[in-house]
Amino acid sequence: MLAVFAAGALGALLLRKHDAAANIWGNCMAIIGSGAGLLISGAALFHGTVPAFSVDSSLPLLAFSIRIDQLSAFFMLVISLVAFFCSIYALDYVRHYYGKYSIGMLGFFYNAFIASMIIVVTAQNALFFLVAWEVMALASYFLVIYERRETASIRAGSLYFIMTHAGTAFIMIAFLLMYRATGSFEFADFRDGMAAASPLVKNAIFISALIGFGVKAGVIPLHVWLPSAHPAAPSHVSALMSGVMIKTGIYMMVRIYLDILPGSYLWWGLALMIAGSISSLLGVLYALSEHDLKKLLAYHSIENVGIILLGLGSALVFSSFGMTSLAALGLAAALFHTMNHATFKALLFLGAGSVIAATHTRNIEKYGGLIRLMPQTAFFFLIGSMAISALPPLNGFFSEWLTFQALFQGVAGFDVVTKVIFILSIGSLALTGGLAAACFVKAFGITFLARPRSEQAERARETGMLPRVAMAALSLLIAGLGLFSGLVLRTLAKVTGSMANLRGVESADVAQFKSVSLQNGFGEVSMPALFIGIIVASAVVAAAVAVLTRKRRTETGPTWDCGSDLTPRMEITATGFSRSLITISRGVLRPSSDTEIEYHDASRYFPRTGTVTMGLHDIYQTFIYKPLHDLTTMLAAQVTKVQSGNINVYILYIFLTLIGLLFFMDLQS
Amino acid sequence: MNMAAIPYWLLQILLIPALSPLFIGVTRRIKARFQNRRGASVFQPYRDFWKLFHKDEIISEDASWIFRVAPYLIFAVTLVIGASIPLVSTGLSNTLTGDLLVVVYLIALGTFFLALAGIDTGSAFGGFGSSREMMVAALTEGGLVLSLLTLALISKSANLTAISANIGSLSFPSFTPIILAFISFSIALLAETCRYPFDNPSTHLELTMIHEAMILEYSGKRLALMEWASANKYLIFIALGANLFFPRGIADSLELIPVILALAVFAGKASLFCIAIAVLESSIAKLRIFRLPDLLFTSFVISVIAIGLVN
Repeated sequence: MLAVFAAGALGALLLRKHDAAANIWGNCMAIIGSGAGLLISGAALFHGTVPAFSVDSSLPLLAFSIRIDQLSAFFMLVISLVAFFCSIYALDYVRHYYGKYSIGMLGFFYNAFIASMIIVVTAQNALFFLVAWEVMALASYFLVIYERRETASIRAGSLYFIMTHAGTAFIMIAFLLMYRATGSFEFADFRDGMAAASPLVKNAIFISALIGFGVKAGVIPLHVWLPSAHPAAPSHVSALMSGVMIKTGIYMMVRIYLDILPGSYLWWGLALMIAGSISSLLGVLYALSEHDLKKLLAYHSIENVGIILLGLGSALVFSSFGMTSLAALGLAAALFHTMNHATFKALLFLGAGSVIAATHTRNIEKYGGLIRLMPQTAFFFLIGSMAISALPPLNGFFSEWLTFQALFQGVAGFDVVTKVIFILSIGSLALTGGLAAACFVKAFGITFLARPRSEQAERARETGMLPRVAMAALSLLIAGLGLFSGLVLRTLAKVTGSMANLRGVESADVAQFKSVSLQNGFGEVSMPALFIGIIVASAVVAAAVAVLTRKRRTETGPTWDCGSDLTPRMEITATGFSRSLITISRGVLRPSSDTEIEYHDASRYFPRTGTVTMGLHDIYQTFIYKPLHDLTTMLAAQVTKVQSGNINVYILYIFLTLIGLLFFMDLQS
Repeated sequence: MNMAAIPYWLLQILLIPALSPLFIGVTRRIKARFQNRRGASVFQPYRDFWKLFHKDEIISEDASWIFRVAPYLIFAVTLVIGASIPLVSTGLSNTLTGDLLVVVYLIALGTFFLALAGIDTGSAFGGFGSSREMMVAALTEGGLVLSLLTLALISKSANLTAISANIGSLSFPSFTPIILAFISFSIALLAETCRYPFDNPSTHLELTMIHEAMILEYSGKRLALMEWASANKYLIFIALGANLFFPRGIADSLELIPVILALAVFAGKASLFCIAIAVLESSIAKLRIFRLPDLLFTSFVISVIAIGLVN
């Protein structure tokens, strides 16, 4: 399978002179590769086989070892699934880059990106993992700056580059600490050796892993790169980055916290839950204030990572109390949401890509009325919007329900601090659900409904056949994951049961196709009943009304305009739609509004044009990254004093270091 | 399910749409009395719906299929909710869709399509109505979930029918959290059913309307469905308030006499809610829209305290 990706990457590079050939070769190889990935991971997940191989390298400590256990298989399945549909979409979508940018390069990095993600979630050696992690970071960096003539892309890429490497530094610290404790870089040895490690080391590992992988997962306040980097890439790559790449951070958190480190401390879980609450709430609030369709979706990824962390955090809390079956429930909720988010976020990004390709703008205010011009894209985007807003009967609702249930179980029977954090997490999850619905009413309503607000929107055409096939398949997947959630949950129990800390533990739920309930009878939901209920009720209502009003006519006429001439300028804008919610949360969001008025003359009584720019102050820039940047620059300035440029002085430095080292050796022995 | 329960299930499903116009009529009638008017008959809403179903319909040429489908879907969702909540007997236990989160998110599903329909015609009013509605709905959800969760924690089940049965059987009900949760729920009730101080159900003034703004472009049968669905939602929230927080009088079996008695008690309790809402609407002013979050936040905090008191 990896060979297929390699062939895809190199073949695309060789064919870079011929756009069409490079596109077809690169994406077909990606389709075949991810299809193979689907089969392998599916086999590993459903049959319980654990394919593994290991090749020693000539370098010490580095071994190319891959082992697909249940957790790896699950993440590999999610990656392959999304990559499969994104590649189908790309076959047609990439065509609008012909002649503008090199298609061969795109195919090369795209295949490298998918392959490295799959290695990241299957590698069993920390150094090999880091190599794959770095390839993934670099490949995605080059995909972010793919539209290299856009300065915004370059800026986004640079920020991403810096942030991801700062994160990698923390990951290295975590691995080195584990190496010190165990004397090996193999995950299996970590697992055996970490039991003896001191609490201090474990806490240090927890914190560095949280920061290191938190950067990749986009946990606030480490998220600054995400909203600018994801939208800058081509849309099918954005779908992969937002839907799947950030999940590699989640994967490693699960791997380290629940598999490698034995036992967990209470504060770990609470810290994850607090981080999750903040990320989910702030993520959706920033999304509300965003008018760039792809940036809006990127902020929603932050929100959904927050929801996943709520499930994972509750799992860690339960695990620290020894309530392993509830911990399995929390983890199952987190994993279920991981998979669901991958499907609907990929769908939404693909839909956004089609809209952008049709209108040539990412500004949501320039859309409108696209439901008539692109009816199928609109329908698929609506499915994605409903799923991400956790509306029943789709899959997003089920995983949020499961997360809620895990959190509900935590409210009863803990000490006050833990209890309060659980209650506030429930509150923030409920609020997040409501705000996400508000945001997607905005995103869908302003984009697809009412009348076109610009000439570009009037000229939009439905997207090609292959993109629609990919989006239709993802929509079906979303509905299917909702309908068959009981069966999916049963499969997930295998994954949670394979974790070292939860080995063989039964999850605290009873999962059947008919309904899913908790063992203590606290909650029960039946997704098939919801599907049938809503569909049957709608059909009955429609039939009854049709019979009752069969003699009545339905005419069309203009929208009531109060006697004026109704223009698209009078429709509500995205800014206007979300402004009230933003004004309410001004304490956190710090909205800005700059008013510029040009006057006809010096009298300042007759304005010619007035412009109001509404935005948000970048508080992370001002309060976290700017001081950090200043500090680094200052330190660097101090360090330059050492660098005189005189070669004699450098030789003196080497000499002094040698003497110092000799003294050090002496002290040691 | 045994065959004998089928008539009761039919009653359960049809009760909300059958009675909801009546309680809208009752509320209007009481409000009219407060305004020194005689007011229309309590059956006027039924006549209005009948009239609207017999009228031709005009749909905006800018409207898409969302606008056309939304009324059916929204009405259907209220039917599903009506079948999921305790109404007259806890013997009709719906374990499939009776979870409190299912009901809260089904309500959100209706709101989602209502707001989309508001934007769809490109009218300035509809868009603003949708924006306000989503603002209120988003902020209400926290208080609503937590207030119902208080009851769920007391009765150790999140199933609404089970909650009703358990709260009713408490020999000495843990009173304080229930009362606090009820206060929190009442605020959510007023917000979700478009009542004072959140929305004015009888205005068409662009500065104040929320719900009416979204359905402004509807006419004929679809307007009837929208209004009727809104009435259903009103009765659903009243039923939740009456049967979850004060479940006395609800039948616990499926026999004819207790169920008829329970129906009478339910009508009485619902009328009391209507009177309370009418008194409230006649005695307070509508709040400025940016003061509403304060009230909704209060609802949230009160229910957090209520959960804190559950042990």
